[in-house]
Amino acid sequence: MNKCTERIYNGIIKENPTFILMLGMCPTLATTTSAINGLGMGLSTTVVLMFSNLLISALRNIIPDRVRIPAFIVVVASLVTIVQLLIQGYVPSLYDALGIYIPLIVVNCIILGRAEAYASKNGPVESFFDGVGMGLGFTCALTIIGMCREFLGAGAFFGNTIIPENYHISILVLAPGAFFVLSALTAIQNKLKLPSATNGDAPASALACGGDCLSCHGCASMTNHAVLAEKKAEAAAAAAAAKKAAAEKALAAKKAAEEAKAAAAAAAGKEGSE
Amino acid sequence: MSKLLNVSSSPHVRNGVTTKNLMYDVAIAMLPATIWGVMQFGFYSLLVVIATVLSCMLSEYAFESLMGKPITVDDGSALVTGMILALNMPPTIPLWIPVLGGMFAIIVVKQLFGGLGQNWMNPALAARCFLLISFAGAMTSFTDPVTDAVAGATPLATMKAGGTYDLAAMFVGKVPGTIGEISVIALLIGAAYLLYKQVISIRIPGVYILTFAVFAFIFGRHDLGYVLAEVCGGGLIFGAFFMATDYVTSPITPKGQIVFGVCLGLLTGLFRIFGGSAEGVSYAIIFCNILVPLIEKFTLPTAFGKGGKKNGGK
Repeated sequence: MNKCTERIYNGIIKENPTFILMLGMCPTLATTTSAINGLGMGLSTTVVLMFSNLLISALRNIIPDRVRIPAFIVVVASLVTIVQLLIQGYVPSLYDALGIYIPLIVVNCIILGRAEAYASKNGPVESFFDGVGMGLGFTCALTIIGMCREFLGAGAFFGNTIIPENYHISILVLAPGAFFVLSALTAIQNKLKLPSATNGDAPASALACGGDCLSCHGCASMTNHAVLAEKKAEAAAAAAAAKKAAAEKALAAKKAAEEAKAAAAAAAGKEGSE
Repeated sequence: MSKLLNVSSSPHVRNGVTTKNLMYDVAIAMLPATIWGVMQFGFYSLLVVIATVLSCMLSEYAFESLMGKPITVDDGSALVTGMILALNMPPTIPLWIPVLGGMFAIIVVKQLFGGLGQNWMNPALAARCFLLISFAGAMTSFTDPVTDAVAGATPLATMKAGGTYDLAAMFVGKVPGTIGEISVIALLIGAAYLLYKQVISIRIPGVYILTFAVFAFIFGRHDLGYVLAEVCGGGLIFGAFFMATDYVTSPITPKGQIVFGVCLGLLTGLFRIFGGSAEGVSYAIIFCNILVPLIEKFTLPTAFGKGGKKNGGK
């Protein structure tokens, strides 16, 4: 896998900005009332993210370290203005639906986070693909959340009503529903243990319960205590046995030495008597 | 290594009260209101109650067995949650709505936060608000038990619109409303049973109702009959005795319980008199549930031997 595809995989799956890095929660919760809004928000963020990463990476040796955040903001804000005017010009319905959240892309922490964490340290090409990956990850997440909320809350799939109105759980298109759906999807992601930055190859725990907090039945400290005590006792027994063996060995050696001495003395006596 | 001392934390003095018999006492105390509701609204409301209770208990069983936790269905807490939720339902609701509410109450509000004792919000009320927001139409269509008309307005809604009230009918329970909230007498019988068994103390409900009455007198109409009707109408009595006193989501300190009651009374009055809808008990209670940790933090009694007046320190 070369560097660029690795970046895209990293953004969509391994470090998905919504489900794993938990970045950009404000637009995630606020704009996902329908699938199309989520998609629109995700794609506009992707465009900004791609070009802001590219520009910041290209400028990374020119921007002085002390003023890098304002410099990043200027770059991002210019891009956001372009995107905002384009959306307003070509997709006015999306512009009305997203409202204040388009200008707010400027302060989206995914964009600043990637600029700071990746683009300002890596070359333009990798940074561009990092932006593509992160943006697509964000877009996928927002679209999925939007689809769930729209389907359950408004009974529709991309605007086509499927479920009759009496069966809409309308709380899901309201603010609390965003939290419900986001947490449920994050839980599913954790349960499936998709390879990610947070649940990758955790080292096996030394605790008695295995450190598996997910299926913990309560306080395991007594069990841990007992296991530790058992281990300690075993170690002590082993040490005692080793000591005993060593002592026996020493005793045997001493005896042998004495025997040898006695034999030698006897031999000497024999010699002397001869 | 069996010589490990078994160290247990206090309390060391115990009595026979268990979660199980507390919960069954609460369930028994709700029976009069349930029976009255079923008598008024007919067989279908009994189905609503049964469906809600079953939904809660099955959700608890299913969640706990799926998660490999100890099964706690028989401790009665799911039964009580189900009954409270059912008594908050309008009598003609389609059955799947309370079933969904029961699942939400147990799985989302209770089990996801760690099960009984860990939920920071009353599960039944949270589910009721969930349903009220989601299915506003179905959740607020009440039948009138006297005329059997489909669209009866609750006494509170009538009063909110400036209409008259019939105090006697409200007291006995011959008015439109949810299954369990209509009869003040039946609810008070249950409450008396709980107080007699010392399952609840009078602090929270007493202070709650008193605060609300004072609030209604000052900011509503200056008329004792009106205040009484406001107290008897809607879910106030039911909420004060059965929902605000939930052990998990109410303060344990005596002072805290009084503060809690005052907050509840003020909020309920605010929602009912100045708010958009006629009823505000559920929202007031779940809002105050969130305040409970704060209230407990500031009303913690001084531990024995710490602080207090020094001898001869005058």
